[in-house]
Amino acid sequence: MSKGQLYPTEPLKTWGLAKQAREDFYLDYRDCHAKGGIRWAGGAWALDALTYGLGDDVFSITSEPYGASCAFNKDIAMKCMMTTEKYGYARDLCAYMRIYWGSVLTKGTYPWGGDYPIPDFIYQDHICCSHAKWYQVIVDHEPQIPMTCIDVAAGPFMPGTDVKIKPHAVKYVADQMLEAAEWLEKTTGRKFDDEKFIEAVKTECVNTSLWADICALNKAVPAPIDEKTMYSLYVLNTLCKANKRITPVLKEVYEDVKDRVARGIAAVPNEKARIMSDTQPPWGFLKVFRYLERYGVVSIGSLYTFGLMGIWEVKEDGTWGGRTLPWEKGVEIKTREQAAYVNADWNLSKPEFQHFYHPKYKTRMMSRIAKEWKLDGVMLHYNRGCEGLSLGIAENRLGLLKAGVPVMTFEGNMGDEREFDEVATMARIDAFMETLGLKKDY
Amino acid sequence: MGMEVFKDIYENRHKYQKEWKEKTGSKMIGYFCTYAPEEIMYAADIIPVRILGSHEPQNVTEPHIFGMYCPFCRDVLAQGLKGRYDYLDGIMIAQSCLHVRQAYTSWDLHIPVGFSYYLPMPHRVTNAGAKPFLRQELIDFKNAIEAWTGKTILPEDIDKGIEILNTTRRLLRQVWDLRKAENPPITGQEAIYMVLACQFGDKREVNKLLEEALNELKTRKIDRETGNRLMIIGSEDDDIAFINMVETICGATFVMEDHCTGSRYFWNQVVPQEDRYAALAARYCERPPCPTKDWAQPRDRLVWALDMAKQWGVEGAIIVQQKFCDPHELDIPAFRKAFEAAGIPTLFLEFDVTVPLGPFRIRVDAFLEMLRQEDLF
Repeated sequence: MSKGQLYPTEPLKTWGLAKQAREDFYLDYRDCHAKGGIRWAGGAWALDALTYGLGDDVFSITSEPYGASCAFNKDIAMKCMMTTEKYGYARDLCAYMRIYWGSVLTKGTYPWGGDYPIPDFIYQDHICCSHAKWYQVIVDHEPQIPMTCIDVAAGPFMPGTDVKIKPHAVKYVADQMLEAAEWLEKTTGRKFDDEKFIEAVKTECVNTSLWADICALNKAVPAPIDEKTMYSLYVLNTLCKANKRITPVLKEVYEDVKDRVARGIAAVPNEKARIMSDTQPPWGFLKVFRYLERYGVVSIGSLYTFGLMGIWEVKEDGTWGGRTLPWEKGVEIKTREQAAYVNADWNLSKPEFQHFYHPKYKTRMMSRIAKEWKLDGVMLHYNRGCEGLSLGIAENRLGLLKAGVPVMTFEGNMGDEREFDEVATMARIDAFMETLGLKKDY
Repeated sequence: MGMEVFKDIYENRHKYQKEWKEKTGSKMIGYFCTYAPEEIMYAADIIPVRILGSHEPQNVTEPHIFGMYCPFCRDVLAQGLKGRYDYLDGIMIAQSCLHVRQAYTSWDLHIPVGFSYYLPMPHRVTNAGAKPFLRQELIDFKNAIEAWTGKTILPEDIDKGIEILNTTRRLLRQVWDLRKAENPPITGQEAIYMVLACQFGDKREVNKLLEEALNELKTRKIDRETGNRLMIIGSEDDDIAFINMVETICGATFVMEDHCTGSRYFWNQVVPQEDRYAALAARYCERPPCPTKDWAQPRDRLVWALDMAKQWGVEGAIIVQQKFCDPHELDIPAFRKAFEAAGIPTLFLEFDVTVPLGPFRIRVDAFLEMLRQEDLF
């Protein structure tokens, strides 16, 4: 081990596998028409299990990860956003959305080559003010695309706690899915297959619970994976959480990370302190996380990386882990109606949904992570690019401080580099590290 | 009586509410958005009071709401943090935009009140399931009010609440019809004062004032030129200073508006049916929508606003938005395009807490000159 190194380290074995799965997603979406397939667009939170009822050759593009992928390429992102502004849309709107619109309106900006492939239909969900409106604007410009959208803002739900969902709220969402199934049949001319839908609902439960279990492995010291790596792994569920092709990849990742824990393999070999971040990072500036490593600090993830596509519950021993699969609790899914209800119930418990109702829920979850993952502090990204996930963030800061967790904030934008001050952010990190009693190793 | 009474309630809202509370002993609930079901509060003899900002610069909300959210929500929260609504017994919100939701949640966290309620008002209001969902949420809200007050709310109490609100709505609609006249007997500013008085005052009293005002307006002639007939469209707008400037200095009249401190608040009534809660749910789902609840293609609100513009003989539309107001920002390009296509020119203005009268006057004057096609030289 080199000087300053406290733990052994090595690359993740499943890294290439995960990267390939991600690339396949975007290429499949682009090329599926040539094979007679269907493509559709919607948000990463869309209740996508339903669309698998149309067949195995139906491919989606999820708007937020797509925006993030474009944002990683600063030239494409800037070109897209400037186009959007030219059409009269405000600069303070969701950065992913502005990039996405720009990509639709601008030639040659699909990061995997060519023009943005126009979808056959739009199937979205809505909890943040932008979600349904995002695609309403797309239809303003591409009026031939049929669109439907499901309202999922039905109330808070945190399994294993006192925050319970009301049955009529689950039914409200499930009924919309049943309506949407009929709409999908009518729109595509394909018969809706209940068996395939049920299979996709089960797959989503497996994939999202599994992701939570992978994140729970990061409770180990040293942390087997760091947040920058997690961004390349969590994205699989943001792309197609109900796709059975993702399950073996996630299972391999789980075994890989578990093995690292067993062998004491660290993501950051000089790990001396542990933090978490919050919300999307400034995608064009992921080097922030590498900068932390110079202080021997690992970011173990965040509520965003854990809870955007991980479904959690409070276990019997009081700790957080992947939500128990419905059939392990005796729920057998036999009908379309049951599948819709289970899928609605599952999705409504998404940790990232809860703070839309009150910041106290997010503070509660973040305080839990701080304790169970043994953190020394929290970096809150005051993200000007996302009104939804920055909601209540100032109250989260106050709540965490009250819980005794050191907090630093930095202001930025996940997709618009014009709103990120790299030098100032690094300076704030330096100051925060100093308050945590840390010095640079290199 | 004159129109001054409405202005007085607006400008002295806190004095009015404190005195009213002392006089009647009624509980008061502050609400943050006009999707709040006021009928249920009146059914329990609770006076609902809208919480609006004060249009004054403030420095108390920075620790609570990140600066990228609209100035309106921060102004609203500031009222609570400064103790100006200290007579409220409770607060509630019917889920609307992200921004104002933060004002509610921060109020809930930091300003102690005896009752606090979050009602998940559906967003997809045109969906078949929205009304049954809201119906149950309204019953849950009623149950919560009962648990808090210890008073059972009977069906006839709900009828009473519906009657009070429907009377307000009916009277305001009658006033609004008068604004169609070639020389409207009421200015836009006076009309907005009326709506705001309804949001701040006890409607049982304000309804009487509205009736008196309506009788007066039927024969009223005001000593001013109507000038250009304008419509104001956009997010929450009790920016009286702006409306006053346009009407008194620039020489135009607002004859119609589309915002929640105006027509959107009262446009449709509760249509009575045996199931009172279903009737209430239908009313709130069918009202002219806030943009966050309007996902239709074409937009329901746009279709409605264009129709109003035609019926009220609007020559130009001023589209205003609170800075950072995402739901409106998402609609504005479509609105401008549709209004221009219908031959109604638009002027777009972005508002903050205070109104920059000078710069806005220049822009409004230029807009009106364009409407008048004046030969300047």
